[in-house]
Amino acid sequence: MKVELRGITKRFPGVVACKGVDLTVESGEVHALLGENGAGKSTLMNILFGLYRADEGEVCLDGEPFDCRSPAQAIAAGIGMVHQHFMLVPVFTVAENVMLGVEPTGPLGRLDRVEARRRVEELSDRYGLAVDPDAVIEDLPVGVQQRVEILKALYRDARCLILDEPTAVLTPHEIDELMAIIRQLADGGRSVIFISHKLREALGIADRITVLRGGEVVGHTTPAETDEQALAAMMVGRDVQLVVDKAPARPGEPVLEVDGLVVSDDRGHRAVDGVSLTVRAGEILAIAGVQGNGQSELVEAICGLRPVDAGAVRLDGRDVTGHDPRAMFRAGLAHVPEDRQRDGLIGSLPVADNLVLNQLDRRPFSRRSVINRREVRRHAARLVEEFDVRTPSIDTPVGNLSGGNQQKVIIAREFFHADRLLVLSQPTRGLDVGSIQYIHRQIVAKRDEGVAVLLNSSELDEVLALADRIAVVYRGRVVGVLDREEANRERLGLLMAGAVEEAAAVEATGEEEVTVT
Amino acid sequence: MTTATEQPPAAPPPAGGDGGDAGAGTGGGRGRAVVARLADLGNALVIPVLALVTALVVGGLVMVFTDPETLDEWGSFLSDPLGALEASWDLVSESYEALWRSSVGTPRGIGRTLVEATPLALAGLSVAFAFRAGLFNIGAAGQLIIGATCAGWVGFTWDLPAPIHLPLAVVAGFLGGAAWGGIAGVLKARTGAHEVITTIMLNYISYRLLDYALRSDAFQPPGRDDLISKPVRESARLPEVSLGEVTVHAGVFVALAAAVAVWWLLERTTTGFRLRAVGANPDAARYAGMSVPAMYALAMVVAGGLAGLAGTSNILGRPSFSLTGGYYSFIGFDAIAVALLGRANPAGVLVSAFLFGALRSGSTGMQAATSTPVDIIVVIQALIILFVAAPALVRSIYRIKAGRGTAQTFTASWGS
Repeated sequence: MKVELRGITKRFPGVVACKGVDLTVESGEVHALLGENGAGKSTLMNILFGLYRADEGEVCLDGEPFDCRSPAQAIAAGIGMVHQHFMLVPVFTVAENVMLGVEPTGPLGRLDRVEARRRVEELSDRYGLAVDPDAVIEDLPVGVQQRVEILKALYRDARCLILDEPTAVLTPHEIDELMAIIRQLADGGRSVIFISHKLREALGIADRITVLRGGEVVGHTTPAETDEQALAAMMVGRDVQLVVDKAPARPGEPVLEVDGLVVSDDRGHRAVDGVSLTVRAGEILAIAGVQGNGQSELVEAICGLRPVDAGAVRLDGRDVTGHDPRAMFRAGLAHVPEDRQRDGLIGSLPVADNLVLNQLDRRPFSRRSVINRREVRRHAARLVEEFDVRTPSIDTPVGNLSGGNQQKVIIAREFFHADRLLVLSQPTRGLDVGSIQYIHRQIVAKRDEGVAVLLNSSELDEVLALADRIAVVYRGRVVGVLDREEANRERLGLLMAGAVEEAAAVEATGEEEVTVT
Repeated sequence: MTTATEQPPAAPPPAGGDGGDAGAGTGGGRGRAVVARLADLGNALVIPVLALVTALVVGGLVMVFTDPETLDEWGSFLSDPLGALEASWDLVSESYEALWRSSVGTPRGIGRTLVEATPLALAGLSVAFAFRAGLFNIGAAGQLIIGATCAGWVGFTWDLPAPIHLPLAVVAGFLGGAAWGGIAGVLKARTGAHEVITTIMLNYISYRLLDYALRSDAFQPPGRDDLISKPVRESARLPEVSLGEVTVHAGVFVALAAAVAVWWLLERTTTGFRLRAVGANPDAARYAGMSVPAMYALAMVVAGGLAGLAGTSNILGRPSFSLTGGYYSFIGFDAIAVALLGRANPAGVLVSAFLFGALRSGSTGMQAATSTPVDIIVVIQALIILFVAAPALVRSIYRIKAGRGTAQTFTASWGS
């Protein structure tokens, strides 16, 4: 389906979210819509999907003007949207979720599960989605859940599919699978709008690319005509330093020593299976691996958030195995958790309180358990300025900030007291180029101060940009520790897939271009 | 190190995302903060005030349509339309006037209202305190009964000089409630048992425990076999205090002090901060090194203690001085409404406890002066809660736009 947006303008109180945006998506085309958070991508798509009404401009589908007033109308017209946060019923099966709202019914309103199941299976086969119609959603990995969302759209005969930040929650492997699915859908004549702020993905999958900034189109281009550097500059509006400049590490004494660690996951399965690692002062050790290979459990065990079944954790030579988070904090650990909203922040509390969340019982923030508000506020004002947290005030609930600024609050809090060991889990997931660049610089600065940094990231680009050494984990074991110079994308990819011998056969290709996306 | 030249530019704020000007919080100035506070306060008051007004209006309608004489007038509406309206107006205005007079219109009324409001305020603080730690204390009723039982037992069994006896009885009441609340807290902390279920069950146990106690020789006055205890000795009674013409008992000051203490504990101490953090996001609290189970247990102990004080003020203060069966449970449940109306905030709880106390103390006067039954007060209380719990309804009645970033409301979190 050919989708045309002409001169779309949408105003919100105090902001113009879209200013005269033109966008044409041909059928059979994958069109990437790039832009930083707040550039107007989501607003534009919500207009197309009927969630908002445009103040000016028109939408045409296959040349016909289309006045869309509700998502139901948009779906009927053949537009499907996969939201960043999935809209699935966790306790229902795949087939039940897919048919939700358009259930095939027999006489007397009997639910025709067999028919629904059959159609789900057929669609799944045709597009290589490989989804079991009887699986219960909550048991499925995120990548498969996303395919169920795509199935939902296809089941409703979507001829134009909008994918809102579809890769934000996926592992590299799942991303590859998604890309193959997208390509197949487009080859079948469907149009796909791919919203992202990840440059590499847009370049890899899109036929054409439209870049939005501040609600306006700043350019249409194709992957052949452009590169990451140029796209980043278009998105941000100035030249961006994609390469993280850093001097060679000068590792000092071992700070964190992990010895034969065994940890179970929530279901009692062995998630970490005898991992040994050492992180030295003044170096960044990255843990690379496809998500779900025990990285999260490893980090949680190190931070005292998960019981250790066997093995030992030593911090500055002291045995800290099984210490609780508080004791670890006292021993010199700073931790940026993976899920910032769930574990890192208290959304309803002000920025100022979140900046001292784990330090409030220390002087000068409190004395004999009485809080010194003035010190807390002074400290917050200083950190907000130093870490460039964009917030209307230090009294604003932190949940009102954008994702990037929320992460800066956590980074500011943890970096403030990180003087021995800094553990970072997915520190830049879901953030835009500007914030990523900033956070990466801060991480390197901490390293240069002599802090030992353990980085857990499923973004290969990030690992390659920051790490001094890389430990690759596969099924709960460390399958290889590489110096940065020995590592490249191919070799890491093989190790991450568990192909140890093949990886060893790959010659180190030396310094490849390191980019941040 | 890096060579980037400038900070990333501020993204234009989308509908509700990236806040605008950088660093405004650092030099915003006190004046603006005060104005913002006042605006917040105004926003917070809009719904409860409108809920009260709406409840009084609907309550008036209920009066009109349940009063036989007025209904007769409406029967002849076509022949005498003014008469029906006049009769309705007279009924409603007289009833509310009587309500006003006997609750806050006279010094005696104010005194009665304050005394009625005291246990409501203390029990309301109990519910509000637990709520701030993320717990729903449905068990104020039971904690109150156990607190009153302990305070009462100390009050009528021991014979001590007043300066020792009274504080001892008060402390006993607090500890009794705290222990009872603590059971639910420890169950939650140790086993994860949901506090709503355990506190409801503990309520039933407390009713029966009280009945059992009231049948024992330790509680029953010699020669009686109905469910009533010996009266508390003079030395353990809360002294009457007169402020001008208003006479109250000292429990009123206990409630005020408790509100200040709760506020201070929550807002100014690290323990309170931890309680609020655990209440708002237990995961993040755990990651920040706080002990979530310990906070749950502590919250229920303090909440139970506050409810225990509510029972204490009732048994050691006028009008009764004796425990009776099933007497207190309404306070425990009204307390939930009081905390809800007061938005789980100590000052708000005091105000709403005063309101509920006034409705309660004025209702008998109203029934005496007019034919309007006391039960209408229950209807009005229920309506207030209904409207507070459904702010969208009130907004649509008065066509108010939803405020941006409205604070988390009490009811929105129920059951989630």
